[in-house]
Amino acid sequence: METILNIREVSKSYQSAGTSLTILDKISFSIQKGSTVAITGPSGSGKTTLLGLCAGLDRASDGSVELNNVVLDRLSEDQRAAVRNRHVGFIFQNFQLLPTLTALENIMVPLELRGEKNIRPRALELLEKVGLSARGDHYPVQLSGGEQQRISLARAFSNTPAILFADEPTGNLDGETSEKVIRLLFDLNKEAGTTLVIVTHDMDLAARADRIIRLKSGVIISDEQKTYV
Amino acid sequence: MSEEKSAPISWLFKMAWRDSRKNRSRLLLFTSSIILGIAALVAVYSFRDNLQRDINDQAKLLTGADLTIDSRNAIRKPVAAMLDTLGDQRAKQLDFASMLYFVKSQGSRLVQIKALQGDYPFYGELETTPAKAAKAIKNGRNALVDRTVMLQFKAKPGDSIKVGKLSFAIAGFLDNAPGQTGFSTTIAPVVYIPLQYLPETGLATFGSRIHYSYFYQFNQPEQLPVLLKKLQPLMDREGLDLETVESKKRSTGRSFQDLSRFLALAGFVALLLGCIGVGSAIHVYVNEKIAAISTLRCLGVKAWEAFFIFLIQITFIGLAGAIAGAALGTGIQFLLPVVLKDFLPVEFTMQVSWIAILQGILTGLIISVLFALPSLLAVRLVSPLNAIRLSFEPVQASKEPLKWLVYFAIFLFITGFSYLQMESWIQAFTFSGSIIAAIAVFYGLSVLLLFLVRKTLSSGLSYTWRQGFSNLYRPNNQTLMLIVSIGLSTALIATLYFVQGILISKVSLSTGKTQPNMVLFDIQSNQESSVAALTKQYRLPLMNQVPVITMRLEEINGKNAADLAKADSLKAQPKGDGNQRRESPGRAFKGEMRATYQDKLTPAETITSGKWTGRVNSPSDKIYVSLDQGYAERINVKIGDRITFNVQGMLIPTIVGSLRKVDWGRVQTNFRVVFPLGVLEEAPKFHVIMTRVPDMKVSAEFQSQVVRNFPNISVIDLGLVLQVLDELLGKISFVIRFMASFSMITGWIVLVSAVRSSKNQRLREIVLLRTIGARGGQILRITAIEYLFLGLFSAAAGMIMAITGSWALAVYSFGTAFQPPVVPALLLFGSVTLIVVITGMLSSTGVLRRSPLEVLRKDS
Repeated sequence: METILNIREVSKSYQSAGTSLTILDKISFSIQKGSTVAITGPSGSGKTTLLGLCAGLDRASDGSVELNNVVLDRLSEDQRAAVRNRHVGFIFQNFQLLPTLTALENIMVPLELRGEKNIRPRALELLEKVGLSARGDHYPVQLSGGEQQRISLARAFSNTPAILFADEPTGNLDGETSEKVIRLLFDLNKEAGTTLVIVTHDMDLAARADRIIRLKSGVIISDEQKTYV
Repeated sequence: MSEEKSAPISWLFKMAWRDSRKNRSRLLLFTSSIILGIAALVAVYSFRDNLQRDINDQAKLLTGADLTIDSRNAIRKPVAAMLDTLGDQRAKQLDFASMLYFVKSQGSRLVQIKALQGDYPFYGELETTPAKAAKAIKNGRNALVDRTVMLQFKAKPGDSIKVGKLSFAIAGFLDNAPGQTGFSTTIAPVVYIPLQYLPETGLATFGSRIHYSYFYQFNQPEQLPVLLKKLQPLMDREGLDLETVESKKRSTGRSFQDLSRFLALAGFVALLLGCIGVGSAIHVYVNEKIAAISTLRCLGVKAWEAFFIFLIQITFIGLAGAIAGAALGTGIQFLLPVVLKDFLPVEFTMQVSWIAILQGILTGLIISVLFALPSLLAVRLVSPLNAIRLSFEPVQASKEPLKWLVYFAIFLFITGFSYLQMESWIQAFTFSGSIIAAIAVFYGLSVLLLFLVRKTLSSGLSYTWRQGFSNLYRPNNQTLMLIVSIGLSTALIATLYFVQGILISKVSLSTGKTQPNMVLFDIQSNQESSVAALTKQYRLPLMNQVPVITMRLEEINGKNAADLAKADSLKAQPKGDGNQRRESPGRAFKGEMRATYQDKLTPAETITSGKWTGRVNSPSDKIYVSLDQGYAERINVKIGDRITFNVQGMLIPTIVGSLRKVDWGRVQTNFRVVFPLGVLEEAPKFHVIMTRVPDMKVSAEFQSQVVRNFPNISVIDLGLVLQVLDELLGKISFVIRFMASFSMITGWIVLVSAVRSSKNQRLREIVLLRTIGARGGQILRITAIEYLFLGLFSAAAGMIMAITGSWALAVYSFGTAFQPPVVPALLLFGSVTLIVVITGMLSSTGVLRRSPLEVLRKDS
């Protein structure tokens, strides 16, 4: 199976009050195309930092990150932005919809950025898939938390990304809404054949993934692959 | 790299448009800060364009003739005979200051008599009431008298007036004459009489200070330049001045250029204040946009693309503000002629000036973008990581080199704009440097005030007081910016007020109880004792009795005007301010001067170098004269230099013995050149007597007695001069206040805009306070205390600046002491504070009327 994300000996440290604070320490793993992976761990274990490095939002202090055959280490911020637009989708804990854009416009942004034409039908199709076709003209502030996250899902899939990063996607939702959103996420992912990387401390959510990587104090303490009998 | 595909430009515009939808009213509020500044500029530019056009169109009406030849001295007969042959139509006028006596009311006043012969003006007309009065002065002993003087003495057409020894019938009110402005008539009201009767008045005698004018009309004025070229050498030789329609256009345009430059700079200050407001509001705006920007960055938007989205937004909003300002300015220009009507020499016609509008819009656009750029550049530095972090990292752009480049560009723009107004790099740099220094001083003062209050604020104060004060320190606060903008406008207004007070009190001081308040001049030697006796008869003191001798410069160190002019033309004179103070030799030698002789220095004089000589004992002694140091500098002479004076044809060689510092502000006769006793006693001269009249009644009686007994003597009533000066200062300060009000209102708009833009910062905390049980009254108190501090700081900073500036102006420029007027200063201080508190409170009450849930939901 083809590798989509390859992390080799990646470390991340920050200078804080004159001392070096290591958040991630020589992490290595790789993820196969089409798989679903959960990265879990307690608060402060380095999950979000790892997600930032994998998605090219930040640069590692040491080691190498290769995303969909592109080595991100030496790319400028703008080059990494271009890689994100082409290959990556995001789902955030606090939804991060652009407050000044309507739901439909939020979905269209990644496609518009690529300069694609005739994107409205595709956006409307995704809006329908997340069950919010009647709310396309609404602004984020007019939507509930669950609805905002569903729009966020539609936006994440709009540019048919090769890999989708979800940062605590149900962190701000109640149990019932969480369940609906997660089901939708996995359904859309299955349909699109996208690789899904979820950062969460919700073990029920993590259990739905093919593989669970557990972090503690910046190192991988376990890497379990679900086996299907 | 193929991956590095940029977002389409059209998408950047689309995003800018979309993002502005929810913020449009807020962005418009930011841009409203620049509207008034642009409006002021456009109004001034339009006014300037219209005025220049009117001057061009009406220049003939200003001069009333195609050519005017002037002289301050009597013209030699052969020259006069030649002058009488020029032109197709000609007229002649002799004008001089003299007393006018109203027979019926027995009132008298110093006026400018214009004795006219011929059909002048050839263009335009003498506007009179009744209209036929203008013609009446050509047919008999009739006079036209300025309307204000007529009203002052309640005179009517048909009444008699006396000019010198001769009586005239008033033909009518003089309403307007070529080139006359509202103010020129207030200072020197005009009376026209026929020239043929001038000899009989007895006023045109030897020693009278008469100004001669010859007016010409040419049927083919296009041939004038050839004639002028031919005449020029004669004019130079005889010391005659030429004025044509073209030269009048230039000189009038130039004098109003200064006014419009001043007005434009005043408008520009308002615009700069607004821009500081815009810059600060955009800073808060960008900080609130960090979440959205980081999300866009996650989705693949590049740093510069994110920057351009907001740049496009700000450019369009700046453009909207500039257009709104230009529209408002086009309206305001209709007010300017009303404000300036007393200063205008031409009939003002109003037209929309598209060039002015374009200039205003362009200036507004450039300056709003420039001031927004330091904050906008920070957009490039927003990390996509902010989207997945719980708290947002503030944008750290202080070390950004591009930001410093923008600051430099702002400085260049301000300097460049100032240069366009002033056309002098030194002045432009001084202006922009002063603006930046003033802002820096305000910034420093605000930091100091905040620090001091923070140090002295007791921890034992109630929660509302502590919370209200600490609001001034909160992240993204606009305290310093508000103190700068409100403080600067307060300082402007207060300084204007103080300076006006200084000028008035200086003049009032000069006419204080111990100072003379009436000057009698043109007293002939044989009248001196009689005038002194008459003065004593009225029990008035003889405070200053001075002989005045008219003379001209003949040679300096053995060189006459022609030699010095030649020597000067041979030197390569560098251009620059340093040479501007020096009079050209021609000019120094051309004019007549008035000197005196005395054995002692007066209280207004101090020797600064050399030795004072009060008397010459023997005719063979060298004559040491004393020169005013400023005059010596201008004609470029020093101690020991030889000067020959021509006293009515007699050459008197002298040596510069001393230089004096003269306090020209004192009400007394002061002279540039003072001779010792024993030299000029026998020279033709007139005398000046100064006295002090106790009230207007005695003044009127004494004046009419003087005029009746000695028609050639002129009397200046300083009380009247003071009144005119007060009126003049009042009108000038009204113009200045009118322009300063733009800064004042802009300061207030910046305040409203800043309160609004930081409202989002406040919402969460107010809601939190309400959620945990704070009452509306408590929150209002906290808000009131915060704005009270803000108002107090701004007003205090403004007042400190105004008092310091006014003190410096009083001491160093006007040479007088300065005592700030306490009551008006306190009133202004209180008003500014109150306006700030009320504005802050009104802007915050809206939050209290909404439910916490509604606010929290909207804010999330």
